[in-house]
Amino acid sequence: MRLGSGTFAACCVVIEVLGIAVFLRGFFPVPVRSSAGAEHRTEPPAPEPSAGSSSNWTKLPPPLFSKVVIVLIDALRDDFLFGSKGVKFMPYTTYLVEKGASHSFVAEAKPPTVTMPRIKALTTGSLPGFVDVVRNLNSPTLLEDNVIRQAKAAGKRMIFYGDETWVKLFPKHFVEYDGTTSFFVSDYTEVDNNVTRHLDKVLKREDWDMLILHYLGLDHIGHISGPSSPLIGHKLSEMDNILMKIHTSLLSQEREGLSPSLLVLCGDHGMSDTGSHGASSTGEVNTPLILISSAFERKPGDIRHPKRVQQTDLAATLAIGLSVPIPKDSVGSLIVPVIEGRPMRDQMRFLHLNTVQLSKLLQENVPSYEKDPGFEQFKVSEKLHGNWIKLYLEESHSEVLFNLGTKVLRQYLDALKTLSLALSTQVAQYDVYSMMVGTAVVLEVLTLLLLSIPQALRRQAKVDIPLSSPAFSLLFYLMFLVLSAIHIIVCTSAESSCYFCGLLWPVAGGVMVLMSALLCAIVSVLTKMFISKSLPSKNPAHPNSRWSELDLLIVFGTVGHVLSLGASSFVEEEHQTWYFLVNTLCLALSQELYRNCFLEDDGEPQHHFHMEPGIVDATPGLPYRTGCDVWEQDTVRERLSLSDMLRGREKWMALASPWLILACCRLLRSLNQTGVQWAHRPDFGHWLTSSDHKAELSILAALSLLVIFLLVQGGCSPVSRAALLLGLLGVYCYRVAIGNVLFPWQQDNRDIAKGIIEARFVYVFVLGILFTGTKDLLKSQVIATDFKIKTVGLWEIHSGLVLLAALLFRPHNLPVLAFSLLIQTVLTKFIWKPLRHDAAEITVMHYWFGQAFFYFQGNSNNIATVDISAGFVGLDTYVEIPAMFLTAFGTYAGPVLWASHLVHFLSSVSSDSALSHACFCYALICSIPVSTYIILVTSLRYHLFIWSVFSPKLLYEGMHLLITAAICVFFTAMDQASLTNS
Amino acid sequence: MKDTDIKKLLYAHLLCIFSIILSVLIPPLFLENFSILETHLTWLCICSGVVTAVNLVLYLVVKPNTSSKRSSLSHKVTRVLKCCIYFLMSCFIFHVIFVLYGAPLIELVLETFLFAVILSTFTTVPCLCLLGPRLKAWLRVFSRNGVTSIWENSLQITTISSLVGAWLGAFPIPLDWERPWQVWPISCTLGATFGYVAGLLISPLWIYWNRKQLSYKNN
Repeated sequence: MRLGSGTFAACCVVIEVLGIAVFLRGFFPVPVRSSAGAEHRTEPPAPEPSAGSSSNWTKLPPPLFSKVVIVLIDALRDDFLFGSKGVKFMPYTTYLVEKGASHSFVAEAKPPTVTMPRIKALTTGSLPGFVDVVRNLNSPTLLEDNVIRQAKAAGKRMIFYGDETWVKLFPKHFVEYDGTTSFFVSDYTEVDNNVTRHLDKVLKREDWDMLILHYLGLDHIGHISGPSSPLIGHKLSEMDNILMKIHTSLLSQEREGLSPSLLVLCGDHGMSDTGSHGASSTGEVNTPLILISSAFERKPGDIRHPKRVQQTDLAATLAIGLSVPIPKDSVGSLIVPVIEGRPMRDQMRFLHLNTVQLSKLLQENVPSYEKDPGFEQFKVSEKLHGNWIKLYLEESHSEVLFNLGTKVLRQYLDALKTLSLALSTQVAQYDVYSMMVGTAVVLEVLTLLLLSIPQALRRQAKVDIPLSSPAFSLLFYLMFLVLSAIHIIVCTSAESSCYFCGLLWPVAGGVMVLMSALLCAIVSVLTKMFISKSLPSKNPAHPNSRWSELDLLIVFGTVGHVLSLGASSFVEEEHQTWYFLVNTLCLALSQELYRNCFLEDDGEPQHHFHMEPGIVDATPGLPYRTGCDVWEQDTVRERLSLSDMLRGREKWMALASPWLILACCRLLRSLNQTGVQWAHRPDFGHWLTSSDHKAELSILAALSLLVIFLLVQGGCSPVSRAALLLGLLGVYCYRVAIGNVLFPWQQDNRDIAKGIIEARFVYVFVLGILFTGTKDLLKSQVIATDFKIKTVGLWEIHSGLVLLAALLFRPHNLPVLAFSLLIQTVLTKFIWKPLRHDAAEITVMHYWFGQAFFYFQGNSNNIATVDISAGFVGLDTYVEIPAMFLTAFGTYAGPVLWASHLVHFLSSVSSDSALSHACFCYALICSIPVSTYIILVTSLRYHLFIWSVFSPKLLYEGMHLLITAAICVFFTAMDQASLTNS
Repeated sequence: MKDTDIKKLLYAHLLCIFSIILSVLIPPLFLENFSILETHLTWLCICSGVVTAVNLVLYLVVKPNTSSKRSSLSHKVTRVLKCCIYFLMSCFIFHVIFVLYGAPLIELVLETFLFAVILSTFTTVPCLCLLGPRLKAWLRVFSRNGVTSIWENSLQITTISSLVGAWLGAFPIPLDWERPWQVWPISCTLGATFGYVAGLLISPLWIYWNRKQLSYKNN
């Protein structure tokens, strides 16, 4: 099958988008979520089941504990307490564990073992997924149902001291709090003293119901010197003393006649043997959990080994203990020893509440919940429970009651265990199988793209895809069989749920057919290459294509950028990489310009050949290059030297142009500081947006709009020129209406409107310009001779996009748009046209500038910098699809505008194959980083920063690929149009 | 091209490297609290001074530029003055380029300028010594197939490698290792120095290995 290389590339990118989608679905498993999560209406608690005569116990049982103190020690590993260190450094706690009225457990934390998700797990009882973070768009508040919220709703008064994360997660929940930052890792004493200093005062008072203490010191010591450091011992004995202080104070209060209180000692995550955390080694996931209360009975000599529980179980237990509803999304099960001292009817009631909550969650998340063994057990035990209540109310024989009750309890426990397991495995780990499938598809496509470079960049720009080759049909069927076998084996043996297994059979089969077809294509292309190599070389011109400095820079820049994505700092500061590369590109261009200018100047005609070594090689017979010249027709015959093309003043302007571009880039760089390390530096953007500088901002915005108009209007038809003018005026009016900028005649302090009319006014013009552009393109299709119309049409589409971007950008970002147009004009006029780069080089330069402008706009690889306000421009309320489209366009305006400029530029300097070459290069240069990045992320999935740094970047990459696919399809459409023309 | 030429080149380069090593080792004997990282600016001054001196001495002793004819004293003086102006210009141009690359405009001006000075020392001074203040010759040397002697060839290699070294030296700056040498402009100056030294070492070897293929138009 022969395809144009543009079409081929577009198909490849579309398939890659599919692969990435499967990968993302596997990487970010959709968490188990109750559908009633958003609004927090309190449902009445499930009534006690009963058979026959009704039980009227519908309220929640009374609280078990009057007060709860939670002591959370960051990075407390289980062997710090239960091992030899505990005996040595924590004598009081060890005494409580071994002989006191307490229950001790080893609570298992799920990766990522990082503080914030672990706090979420402890309080909501759910296993937070990264998707939550995206859903809340980095709003730090915990929106899911949780124990703290429920306790506040029940009127409990809570006090918190410790890690600031809690204050961010639960704003306005605590009547009193003092957050300490974990910013200075080297500080491990002050950070804890700041917590302990409040303790004496608080313990004397009686006006609180819940006290939460989060100690960070141990974690800091771990990060500094690891788990075997002597500092750990000191810190542990300090913690032991604190625990003793709290416990004795609680006991003395109980003696004064209060009901029993509960003291919880736990860790949020453990510590690996090097002292870090985040991954899933035994040391990191095993944390101690000790519940201390005088309500727990213990016979002397009763030695218990700590049992294993899940960290998520604490939320349900606390909810029962405080007599508040169990959080809706909790997947944990009640820790049974806590309620062992209660009467049997109460115990059943508690277990029933927990089971009902879990089975509701199961119903909402699993379609075939009725067949789930846990649900069946739940039904059985509920029935037994009802029978038991009936007997109980009829006051039957106590021994019968007891025996039956024990059976019901056991039944409930089994149901709980099964339900909890079924729910937690849904989100427990990465869905590796889906990730592998996605990666395989993406890598196959990338290999195919790389292998077809020589074919695709030839003059005809055609690629042979031997899909139907019969020699490989056997391989194809074999591959398909093997893949299906793997699929069946994986899906039947997998313990956790897997997205790819959950797909319908035809869909999964389709993906497997695709995979095997791609593999066959790769194999056949490879064989073809070997065959053509082993033949006596038909094209002797092949090897002597030397790369220019620019090509080297492009290759090394791309490779360097891709490799830099493996380091978290480079991902955070990716804008620096792009600025650096773009600057270097400008310098390389200026060097090329200068050499061409000065060395040709004094050269006589016969000198010409020697002095132009970059373009004409030692063998002047075949100037074969990696790409093909855009200006194929006029290269040899009438090669105009640069000095001929640019005369006098123009030449000097050309020489100054790279420096102008560099200066523009420098200005834009200080407009928006992004990234992490230098984000706090002052920048022009903040200065402009502060309310004192409204006048300056207005002038700047008006100037930028003027520059935009002047630069864009040249290529348009008169109608769209007028539309553009009105549209840009409308943009300014819109900004005035929403109060960003001012009219000169206007006083300050006007009431702020939503500016809906103005914005819609602009939208009309955007659509009008786009429509005119499309019309022109269609016209050029019909009237094959008129080449000019097509260029105008493409420019009109470009200017429509510019107008839309001008509307969506915040006013202080309008200079970005103006400068981008200015740089495009300068590059076109003085560099690309005179120097005659080939299509591949021009494409890569456009891509680099597009990426740099993505960051000039103020974007970064953090979700928080996405400007969501762009989605509300001209909309009354939040409408999902337009808002998403507008936000995406506003965010990726830089790359999109540069790509649309590329299309216009390449079709204006006529060459048949330039567009398809450009499309191919664009697809390739975009898919190399994505494919490498998903491999990097897969191997770094237990990295400490996987949630904060790498996952947001992954989402950005996915989105970027989607936009690239759209761009490539547009390219191909234009290419097809020009093909039918010729 | 003879092997003696290459040998001469090698010795000259070894002398340059030796001078850089001395600029690290000698000052602690005279100055207290001297270390490359802490009193970085002092070291920059010393190093650029030493390298310039060695280059000048080498130029006067070896005289690789055979084509330069006898000329009058006034001509020589203008030549020297021109060289000085060129050197200063190159310092300023490098400074501007660093600012364009993102170096702070107002703060740390002295640091940035000294970095420009040392980079000029590694690149412009050898060029001035060898080629004189003629921009055309510079452009010729730094374009492909433009070199006419092993001296120019080695000049090309050392200059490019020190520029590339400075360029690569900027990469560690965004990393969050919090090392003292990640501070602007230490990593870049060190990168430039290592690049220069590497260029000095590589160029004689490269020329030696490729001596069969190399043919200069003027030879």
